[in-house]
Amino acid sequence: MSDGWLVLLQQAFSLLLSFDPHVWAIINISFSVSFVALLITIIPSIILGFILAFSHFRGRWVVTNLVQTLQSIPTVVIGLLVYLLLTRNGVLGDLKWLFTQKGMILGQMLICAPVLIALSQAAFSSVDRRAWETSRTLGASWIHAVWTLCRELRVPLLLAIVAGFSRILTEVGCSMMVGGNIMNVTRNIPTAIALETSKGDFAQAIALGLVLLILALVLNFILGSLRGKALPRSH
Amino acid sequence: MFSPVTLANEVIKLATTTSTENSGLLGALLPKFEAESGYTVQVIATGTGKALKLASQGDVDVVMTHAPDAEAKFIADGFGIEPRGIMENDFVVLGPKNDPAAIKSSKNVTEAFSKIANKPSKFVSRGDNSGTNMKELIIWKAAGITPDFAGYTSVGQGMGKTLLMANELQAYTLTDRGTYIAYKAKLDLNIDFEGGAKLANPYQIMLINPAKYPELNHKGARALSDWFISPATQTMINNYKVQGEQLFKATYKK
Repeated sequence: MSDGWLVLLQQAFSLLLSFDPHVWAIINISFSVSFVALLITIIPSIILGFILAFSHFRGRWVVTNLVQTLQSIPTVVIGLLVYLLLTRNGVLGDLKWLFTQKGMILGQMLICAPVLIALSQAAFSSVDRRAWETSRTLGASWIHAVWTLCRELRVPLLLAIVAGFSRILTEVGCSMMVGGNIMNVTRNIPTAIALETSKGDFAQAIALGLVLLILALVLNFILGSLRGKALPRSH
Repeated sequence: MFSPVTLANEVIKLATTTSTENSGLLGALLPKFEAESGYTVQVIATGTGKALKLASQGDVDVVMTHAPDAEAKFIADGFGIEPRGIMENDFVVLGPKNDPAAIKSSKNVTEAFSKIANKPSKFVSRGDNSGTNMKELIIWKAAGITPDFAGYTSVGQGMGKTLLMANELQAYTLTDRGTYIAYKAKLDLNIDFEGGAKLANPYQIMLINPAKYPELNHKGARALSDWFISPATQTMINNYKVQGEQLFKATYKK
């Protein structure tokens, strides 16, 4: 390294603090795409997690295991799947979603859903079933009773949501494949870091890396304090 | 196969471009060099921009690229020495089979690019500082066009990936002929424009200045450079074919 790392770090900070439009466009794309993907996924995933925890349909065990497995599948595999679906002669080729933000959102939904489902299932399984049965016998509607449970479980569910969000915000494989790293359209933080590194322009890569690092710190801090609150209290 | 551990000075790190690697040329040539010389060549295939950067940082022993302007600067800055032109291939403009911007009839590549921008048609750019990307930007400049028209897409990826994207989007793109031939079977695109001096693509191998980085494997680097210009290797380059087509023309002149 002929560029001293201190110089690089300085350049990185100045890119961020001078609000370099290029860098901030990338940050903006990253957050907006991942945020939309998360928003669409949250409710169906939590409901599915609830069903897996509370009902006893046949094949529940299979679905549970499938979701557990999908949690750890490499994101490039999901990327490949979505790519093949959206490619010109693919099943969904007519949508023309390949190399668009819509395609990226689809991929990220598939990546974060298993995490959300599995973690919310775990949360619902931990709860005392009597609370649920009580509210049902008191005449609460199904939806209302689930809502009550969710409020009860807001900490572990928030943990699930944060875990899902951090997984899609930081994944590079699927975004690169399905989004195609197009400048000002589908170039997000991870794919931009991959590109800048391959070009040998480390300052911008470091600047974007710092954003992810700071975000990870903030999220972890929030998680830590949530977990602290979630510790079982003596009644 | 039991192979003894290679000593550090028996390894030559070669930074080169994705086109030489993707086309399979190095895979065909280097084993012969390794067998003759006893060196092991480790290839780092990346864009020209990064290859030269690695070389100027002393991270590799020798560099082979195809961007005359960037190479001239690399030599002028005192990082590179003894540039040797070893071979060339050419660039072609690929596009949809129906050639929507009608570039087939263009007199030269600048006119072809102007038509693409004025139509405006879709154009996929590598946007990764590679030799091909630099060449593309030089052509836009020569045409007096800032490439920011509606259909211009900068993807920041290697040549193969860029071709697949151009194919998906049915867009025009600039590629080296080698990668195009290697990917031809996968593509629903034609060569819509080719030929002319502007599209020549010369490759140079350069040694790294020992004054800057004395600790590199200069002996191995020189051996590799000498081997590339030997008549036997130059003949091998000419004879290298992919799907029956010659990819590179050996060009070393004493």
